[in-house]
Amino acid sequence: MKLSLGPVLFFWGREQYFNFYSDMIEQPLDVIYLGETVCSKRRALSLDDWLGLARELKQQGSAELVLSGLTLVEAASELSSLKRLCDNGELLVEANDIGAVQLLSERKLPFVAGPALNIYNGHALREFIDAGMQRWVPPVECSADLVAASLRQLEAMGVARPELEIFAYGHLPLAFSARCFTARAENRPKDDCQFCCQGYPEGIALDSQEGQRLFTINGIQTMSGEVCNLLADYPRLQQLGADLLRLSPRAENMQEVVQSFARVLQGADAPLAVSGCNGYWHGVPGMLRAEEAGLC
Amino acid sequence: MQLVCPAGSLPALKAAVRQGADAVYVGFRDDTNARHFAGLNLDEKQLQQGLELIRQQGRKLYVAVNTYAQPEGWQRWQRAVDHAAALGVDALIAADPGVLAYAAKQHPTLNLHLSVQGSATNAQSLAFYQSRYNIKRAVLPRVLSLAQVKQVAATSSVPIEVFAFGSLCIMAEGRCHLSSYLTGESPNLCGVCSPAKAVRWEETPEGLTSRLNGVMIDRYAEGESAGYPTLCKGRFMVNGQRFHALEEPTSLNTLDLIPQLAAVGVTAVKIEGRQRSPAYVEQVVKVWREALDSYQQNPANYSVASHWRNVLSGLSEGSQTTLGAYHRAWQ
Repeated sequence: MKLSLGPVLFFWGREQYFNFYSDMIEQPLDVIYLGETVCSKRRALSLDDWLGLARELKQQGSAELVLSGLTLVEAASELSSLKRLCDNGELLVEANDIGAVQLLSERKLPFVAGPALNIYNGHALREFIDAGMQRWVPPVECSADLVAASLRQLEAMGVARPELEIFAYGHLPLAFSARCFTARAENRPKDDCQFCCQGYPEGIALDSQEGQRLFTINGIQTMSGEVCNLLADYPRLQQLGADLLRLSPRAENMQEVVQSFARVLQGADAPLAVSGCNGYWHGVPGMLRAEEAGLC
Repeated sequence: MQLVCPAGSLPALKAAVRQGADAVYVGFRDDTNARHFAGLNLDEKQLQQGLELIRQQGRKLYVAVNTYAQPEGWQRWQRAVDHAAALGVDALIAADPGVLAYAAKQHPTLNLHLSVQGSATNAQSLAFYQSRYNIKRAVLPRVLSLAQVKQVAATSSVPIEVFAFGSLCIMAEGRCHLSSYLTGESPNLCGVCSPAKAVRWEETPEGLTSRLNGVMIDRYAEGESAGYPTLCKGRFMVNGQRFHALEEPTSLNTLDLIPQLAAVGVTAVKIEGRQRSPAYVEQVVKVWREALDSYQQNPANYSVASHWRNVLSGLSEGSQTTLGAYHRAWQ
């Protein structure tokens, strides 16, 4: 099994991205996803900057570099940016919108189906494989059983399975809106947001009135309050034949996160329990931690 | 523009037809549709009766099979598609590419409409469904501004349907897992959001409290009107402030936008609310029929009659209505 680093879902400054990736390229990561997937207004790095960064990282390490596309593609300007991204000519693209799938499929380019594409069964998998999908990152709400059943269904149709990448660590991207909740929290109109999400490198906590952490506000995206962590579920991931585990970047301690997963992938025993949620993987509410996780 | 109206029961269907719906959309009684609520939707006999009435009156019947199929229950989705085709409905509303592929292959003459759950917000996305499954129409998510609807309509040959009135999803439909994060059940997979079985109401000394799977969604002071605890409409704590951090309880109402929607080339306007009562459907459809007819008769002098506004305000969540994202000038 391999390790991947998902695209940064938060909005960081230019320097912070560069510093982060120069740290990460030293880590035992097999795939690194680059690019902005949440908000088209976040332009600290242009497409050319991302491609330039990818070229630099290629010199420094061996990780496969993939360019991730925007998730909610509404305006004509966003669609033309997405076209340029698909036409980059160098890197594999992760599609997070059906529009990207169409563009890539028309160009006969292979692609990664990101977690924002609604692929929930073998019949849908077959459609996307036909369109050029080579790697599937299931929606974050999928359970191990649903993923396994989808792959069985695909197998029964005689179609070769794609690479399977599971979102294994980080705040789960749960919802996308036209509205910016960070701007709302700061009483700013979205069209004058002043890029206020840059002030929150790990988003803003949204708690219940009783102080229970529920969600994380990240611009137009709403994420899980808890950090998802499937490290204790490694045996089941292995049994399922997961090819890659995706670690979603956080502003702090990402090296330790990569190291703890890498140790298990290299043969160390998976911990019996870790902090964070894993409910979705066990077919229960996503916010929960399945107690018996390490024993499954 | 065609008026597409919801029916979660036979009486609602009859009410919609009586008040001038051009098309009525329904779902089967299982998790193959996005309004899989207890006691809702039509059984076989009711469907037959409804269809008969629709045929007599020269209207259209659409069936929503618009959740994403769970692999273990694939046959249910397959059966739902076959059933809709056998009934001879005027369109099947679906989102799952697996379901669309099956329908297109098995029933090539069945009209396919892309459900709002398909989350298609741009022309390339529509091109995917059109080229692969020959969709005849697409329902756009409520996140788009009018300018964006116009762009999509102008650059795609797929006829467009938009939401005109009803509950407002603040998140892009088909791209929201908030409900399953708290309750385990989501619109995409189970056809429900903030399911009723997870709701608890508590009278506490601090006020009436609503909970979803144990999580506090809101608490109401005396005299405050309490709403269904749809989780995105709760009051939460963010940066030390208690407020509707995601969405105010309000309804979408676009009566004012009828001329603009017609001008940008929208084919059909949709009323949300298969979970609503026949009386609600009756009143909403009546107002919208009058409004669309009034526009049709004299487009240049169209204006919203005050009694239409009053009726709809009385039926709206929190008695407030909004133009939603349609009025946005920004991206």
